[in-house]
Amino acid sequence: MAEALARGFIAGGKVQPGDITASATSDPRKEVFRGFGANAADSNQQVVDNSQIVFVSVKPPYVVQVLKEVSSSLTNEHIVVSIAAGIPLGQMQEAAGKEVRLIRVMPNTPCLVGETASAMCLGSNVSEENAAMVLELMSSVGTCLKVNEALFSGVTGLSGSGPAYVYLMIEAMADGGVRAGLPRDTAQTLAAQTVLGAAKMVLETGMQPGALKDQVTSPAGTTIAGVHALETGAFRATVMNAVLASASRADELSK
Amino acid sequence: MPEFGKIGFIGAGQMAEALARGFSNGKMIKFEDVVATDPTEARMKVFKDLGAQTVTDNKQVVEKADVIFIAVKPQYVGVVLKEVRSSLKDNHTIVSIAAGVTLAQLKEAAGDVRLVRVMPNTPCLVGETASAMCLGPKATDKDAEMVRKLFSTVGQCIQVDESLLSAVTGLSGSGPAYVFLMIEALSDGGVRAGLPRDIAQALAAQTVLGSAKMVTETGKHPGQLKDMVTSPAGTTIAGVHELEKGAFRSTVMNAVIAAANRANELSKQ
Repeated sequence: MAEALARGFIAGGKVQPGDITASATSDPRKEVFRGFGANAADSNQQVVDNSQIVFVSVKPPYVVQVLKEVSSSLTNEHIVVSIAAGIPLGQMQEAAGKEVRLIRVMPNTPCLVGETASAMCLGSNVSEENAAMVLELMSSVGTCLKVNEALFSGVTGLSGSGPAYVYLMIEAMADGGVRAGLPRDTAQTLAAQTVLGAAKMVLETGMQPGALKDQVTSPAGTTIAGVHALETGAFRATVMNAVLASASRADELSK
Repeated sequence: MPEFGKIGFIGAGQMAEALARGFSNGKMIKFEDVVATDPTEARMKVFKDLGAQTVTDNKQVVEKADVIFIAVKPQYVGVVLKEVRSSLKDNHTIVSIAAGVTLAQLKEAAGDVRLVRVMPNTPCLVGETASAMCLGPKATDKDAEMVRKLFSTVGQCIQVDESLLSAVTGLSGSGPAYVFLMIEALSDGGVRAGLPRDIAQALAAQTVLGSAKMVTETGKHPGQLKDMVTSPAGTTIAGVHELEKGAFRSTVMNAVIAAANRANELSKQ
């Protein structure tokens, strides 16, 4: 994730590789960062000392520990951005220090291909300017929206877990294609590309998805027959159930 | 001489425009090598403004172009091809993008010329089509490669046997509607979980886009990608469980089959 973010920021022209410093517990990961021109640090301390915006991209169980470790080096010049799922601002603020400027971001895996759907919420010391800076950075790897922390379970259920639902959809569409006679590789390519293109249509036209569906369903045509099958199978309710179940689980875990 | 010769469009509607723009943005063609015609002045103006040549006569398109896209509505394809038939030569390649018009029908109207039939889908309009092509008896491998290259600027185009076009229709032809429903449902789920509509909608559409891009770019099996994001007793596997409970995947398969079957029925009418 850190690599994806770093590469994305560089590709988006937001930072120079030399302005990035990363620490890692493994040497191969350090090499990766050196490989695209960033600096590898020997300690978390060194990262903080050499950076203004500090991304905390360790696994959730280690976030608090890492923040405690560097808290004495954090000044009010620093902006700390956590991308860890499920760690609330309150917990991080306690570990990092009351005055520290904290931002919490919930990205999702497609960050790895520069198309994340993410949300961010702000700690109490964060200024408009700080928020705008981080928003700009995150926008170079996809979409980032400011959302109240109270809604983060909803974000988890939707964009956090959503990719898995899409992978299932693509698999099922490909299976349908194979059932209808297509070779697997053809079915898979068409399925993935169809999902990509349709999502791009929603994003680029700004139209309500139902209105777009209306536009492509001609009378007694093939598409409305397909839609009918989805409605018969309570497709939309099932998808809603998935988002809710995931959001509920996120709530449970945050306690 | 440009790589593909001169490109003609009979019919200058939204699809034709999307293709022309895509071919140009992808540096496959220059607009000065495009000639188009359309019954509507407004559509002609669109192409003129892009730098293409516009003519008032379908025959003139054929006389000036090497690769001719038939981009009129399906019910006019036969009419148009019969009209230009006498001007078609051995070096012409006719590419039809009309849904449901078979190679046999194209050949009956145009004669035994080099024919390529393409089944695109609506996201062609945003440069991300999922499409399939099949070749008529006179069309060559070079024709296939040319169409594939041109369409790669607006998405993907895979060659298939014509007998599979109903299946393609059921999957990529009709598929966008299934995705629109999915995005709407994800958005509704988000709203149910407390998100404002505009946030839910933006996250839903972007999530679907990004996830599809993960499949197209990593080349990994979707099931494997799902495995990679479902941590033990986590939020994502809880969501997946609901999808399985709701027979999500078989419902999606049903949709593809239903649309493919309808395509089959229509092709027999």
